[in-house]
Amino acid sequence: MLTRSRRPRRPPLQALLALGAGLLFAGLLGVAPAAAATAEPAPSASAPAEGTGFSVGGTIANGDEPVEGAEILVEGDGFSEVATTDDEGVWRVEVPAQGSYTSTLDVDTLPEGVEPRDPDNVMRTSNLNTTPNANVLFPMGESTIQGTSMWDTVLTRLIYGINFGLMLALAAIGISLIFGTTGLNNFAHGELLTFGALISFFLTAVLGWSIWAAIAVTLVASAAFGWFHDAAIFKPLRRRRVGLVQAMIVTIGLSIVLRYLFLMIFGGRTEFIQTGFNQVVPVGPANLQASSLISMGISVVVLVAVALFLTKTRIGKATRAVSDNAALAAASGIDVDRIIRIVWVLGATLTGLSGILYGVFRGVSWIMGFQILLLLFAAVTLGGLGSAFGALVGAIIIGLITELSTLWLPADLRFATALIILILILLLRPQGILGRRERIG
Amino acid sequence: MSEPTVVTHPLVVGPVGPGCKKVDPIVIADGVVRRFGGNTAVHVEHVEVPRGKITALIGPNGAGKTTFFNLLTGFDKPNEGDWSFNGQNLGNVPAFKVARRGMVRTFQLTKSLGRLTVLQNMLLGATKQPGENVFTALFKPLWKSREEEITTRADDLLARFKLDAKREDYAASLSGGQRKLLEMARALMSEPELVMLDEPMAGVNPALTQSLLGHIKELKNDGTSVLFVEHDMHMVRHISDWVIVMAEGKVVAEGPPETVMDDQAVIDAYLGAHHDTDLGDMIEQKSVAERARRVEAKEASLADD
Amino acid sequence: MDFLFVLNNALGVALSPTTAAYALAAIGIGVHFGYAGLLNFGQAGFMAIGAYAFGITTLTLGFPFPLAFLSAVVASVVFALILGIPTLRLRADYLAIVTIASAEIVRYIVSTTGLSDVTGGASGLSAFAGSFQAMNPLPGGSYGFGPWTYSRAEFWVFLWGWGLVAIATVVVWLLMRSPWGRVVKGIREDEDAVRSLGKNVYAYKMQALVLGGVFGSLAGVIFILPRAIQPTNYATTLTFFTWTILLLGGAATVFGPIIGSMIFWVLLVLTEGVIGGLVRADIITFISTTQAGQIRFVLLGLALILLVVFRPQGIFGNKKELSFNV
Repeated sequence: MLTRSRRPRRPPLQALLALGAGLLFAGLLGVAPAAAATAEPAPSASAPAEGTGFSVGGTIANGDEPVEGAEILVEGDGFSEVATTDDEGVWRVEVPAQGSYTSTLDVDTLPEGVEPRDPDNVMRTSNLNTTPNANVLFPMGESTIQGTSMWDTVLTRLIYGINFGLMLALAAIGISLIFGTTGLNNFAHGELLTFGALISFFLTAVLGWSIWAAIAVTLVASAAFGWFHDAAIFKPLRRRRVGLVQAMIVTIGLSIVLRYLFLMIFGGRTEFIQTGFNQVVPVGPANLQASSLISMGISVVVLVAVALFLTKTRIGKATRAVSDNAALAAASGIDVDRIIRIVWVLGATLTGLSGILYGVFRGVSWIMGFQILLLLFAAVTLGGLGSAFGALVGAIIIGLITELSTLWLPADLRFATALIILILILLLRPQGILGRRERIG
Repeated sequence: MSEPTVVTHPLVVGPVGPGCKKVDPIVIADGVVRRFGGNTAVHVEHVEVPRGKITALIGPNGAGKTTFFNLLTGFDKPNEGDWSFNGQNLGNVPAFKVARRGMVRTFQLTKSLGRLTVLQNMLLGATKQPGENVFTALFKPLWKSREEEITTRADDLLARFKLDAKREDYAASLSGGQRKLLEMARALMSEPELVMLDEPMAGVNPALTQSLLGHIKELKNDGTSVLFVEHDMHMVRHISDWVIVMAEGKVVAEGPPETVMDDQAVIDAYLGAHHDTDLGDMIEQKSVAERARRVEAKEASLADD
Repeated sequence: MDFLFVLNNALGVALSPTTAAYALAAIGIGVHFGYAGLLNFGQAGFMAIGAYAFGITTLTLGFPFPLAFLSAVVASVVFALILGIPTLRLRADYLAIVTIASAEIVRYIVSTTGLSDVTGGASGLSAFAGSFQAMNPLPGGSYGFGPWTYSRAEFWVFLWGWGLVAIATVVVWLLMRSPWGRVVKGIREDEDAVRSLGKNVYAYKMQALVLGGVFGSLAGVIFILPRAIQPTNYATTLTFFTWTILLLGGAATVFGPIIGSMIFWVLLVLTEGVIGGLVRADIITFISTTQAGQIRFVLLGLALILLVVFRPQGIFGNKKELSFNV
């Protein structure tokens, strides 16, 4: 192993940032209550009724004709409200909290000549534990329009899948860059995601900041957290010549430490980050929140920026060189330690951003990062270990699989489906889509 | 260029030349091709290794010797081709099965198992130990006697290779040269018919080289066939009975060591067309010619004015 | 704070059947990682397979205890084969990812509401130990002394638990001293060298995977005998406990998993008792009692990190024989 010459002392700015992140955390300690926690907690209902961001709704159409004036009774958890479809057949009820709600169509309120496809089945149950807005379908008339309504659901799932995939991609690229340059499978990566979500939640829900300010500060905090990982833990381990398997086990221990610290500070509940962008925007047949579109936009912009960074800038190219062959890169004068530090900061920042987005759509909890860690590994493996672009491709695919699988399989198995795909990929093409054969052993 | 004459040799059926048939071949390889991407690393049309003799496989760097080695021993899969060992087809047979048939190899970068003792390394080399089966391993009486047999054989070999004092030491504590000896000794535990040595002299100090050469000669006395890959021609001349020369993936020449070095094909392979020119002279000549040309061009342009 | 009570509680846990179960699971990954160099990060999956195979065959199929027990073994063999066949030819960290993924898949499948008729879904299964206790030949009364006192039913579980641990220890000990063990240790060092000596490396790795997996599955059965099967117990935290136990005791040692498990559980219960007691007694005021329970895990994670960096050979391990490079 090549020895590096002594580096000049780190500029105080970064130390201040790390301190700042630490203070934010200490603040959280004092402010957030610790709810009773179990090993795998169930999410609890908590948000107030005003502008909660949770809703149940849908569109009723008879063929191409929107059905106006139909009434739907939404009930659940002591709550009950009747909604009426407007002149475009759209109806939506805002509900007070997450949980289960039933929507029953009042057949008598349908206009003349409009019949539900299955008159005996006019009640639907929606579960808001995993998404903030549920869509409910009451198909009308003959099944000639079966294709269209199936298509509606598929399209909705497709868009959710892409959104989820883009979110995953941000974090997956982080893992891929770190693995590529250091060879380390970081089992504590999910906690970088949770960190970003927790900070943003604290800033918006407790301090009342706007979402944009929260994002800006969270990114800085995540960058500092990533810097801290390398400076305080992984660089000393590299110095000590600790082997990769030992380092892997260190990340497992780190994952436990961070997760339970988060649990102690945040409690076992699940909260959603409020963005204030709750308007529903119909995109084709699907109804999306404005925040979904903004999130996808942000993801795409950031991913393009990362791609440009890796291909066009000197540091980006140096990063790819180190990923390819660290010894060779060092021999050609690249400061490998500095590149690794940059990679940790960049990876942590991207993952923190991913955490914010995840916190908006799927909720913030102490184990959110850990729950999708395996999906992240699946994405990176699927795309090709060590290839950042592979991580992007793999993440989109995993996102699509996870959402589209709900068309055929129960929703609580959707992560399992993605993991099964991971195992199948390893069977058939272990180097992934963009990976190289030599790297697999 | 020498006139083509028909040369014969007691080991060979017919005339001597690349790919010639042997009187008693132990390995026959046919049409073996290995490509990496667009590059053909090995393309051997036909080659036979004589039984009971020491055969050297030589050639310049990049000739494909180690790749061919890996193919024959099952450590790599060819794109095309077949070979047989003692008449049994070994194409596409996995490495461990090849070893079991009696064709054992060593590695260029010694693979002594560092955290096992020297004796344990040796015992691993033995075959037909019922204790290696997960179920019989539980019942010592079932494998005890075989263990004693192979321990005796191991001790004999260790004594022969002068490693007996190190019997209980971890292999990692041995010097580089001692590890080479250990690997060779270990390879002999299974009483193989053909021992394949991958650059046995690589990284070995001159004193040990003599000792290794001696051990390799002893193998022939036991009736074992040897095929070894080597760079150093002088070493090869000392002990081999037969030499096969590879270049750019093909077998370009074969013959007894005394005459194969004079084969034009071999000379070309190693040294290229300017074999009788000193490289320094070549560079000097080239720059003189350059200068002469520039002077001419200047004069020509001056003359045009 | 009654320190004597806390101490008594903690010591009592040293011999509990749960400790035995964890020791058995650790013996399993000892075979995997300590001897064969396989990275199994999904031992929780094997334990779940064993528990659910036992529970389901007893409750849904009405199997008597010996047959249900055998089903647990068979199920884990099948699971090991499914995991091993694609991954044993690849690099070691592929097995790590696949084992974690499959343990999570098992957990999702047994928790899903669709299969809850058979698996009990999120509530799990209970009341399956009937035929086990029916076999109990011990007369009534209490067994043991001091902190280690058991009723007739508890002692029956105790005997089975520690009995299996003893058998597993002996089996591993015999195997590792045998030529089979020698081959496996060689594979951990350098597969190609062992291949060149005529050994079928893939088969040996598979055998090690199956053996360790069977131990994991039996650990799962012992774990559930005194309690119910709950899917939340088989999360990755369980796997990491077993790894901590293994590394604490010493990865390739005979008694490492046993002593490691005992020390681990005593310390875990002790710290809960002490910290919790100090919080309740208002000596420590900045955390609640719930957080006191959670801080143990923070300390556990830190302990694992320090252990693997500063004393990777654990208590009984031999630094010279330590092999972390797979």
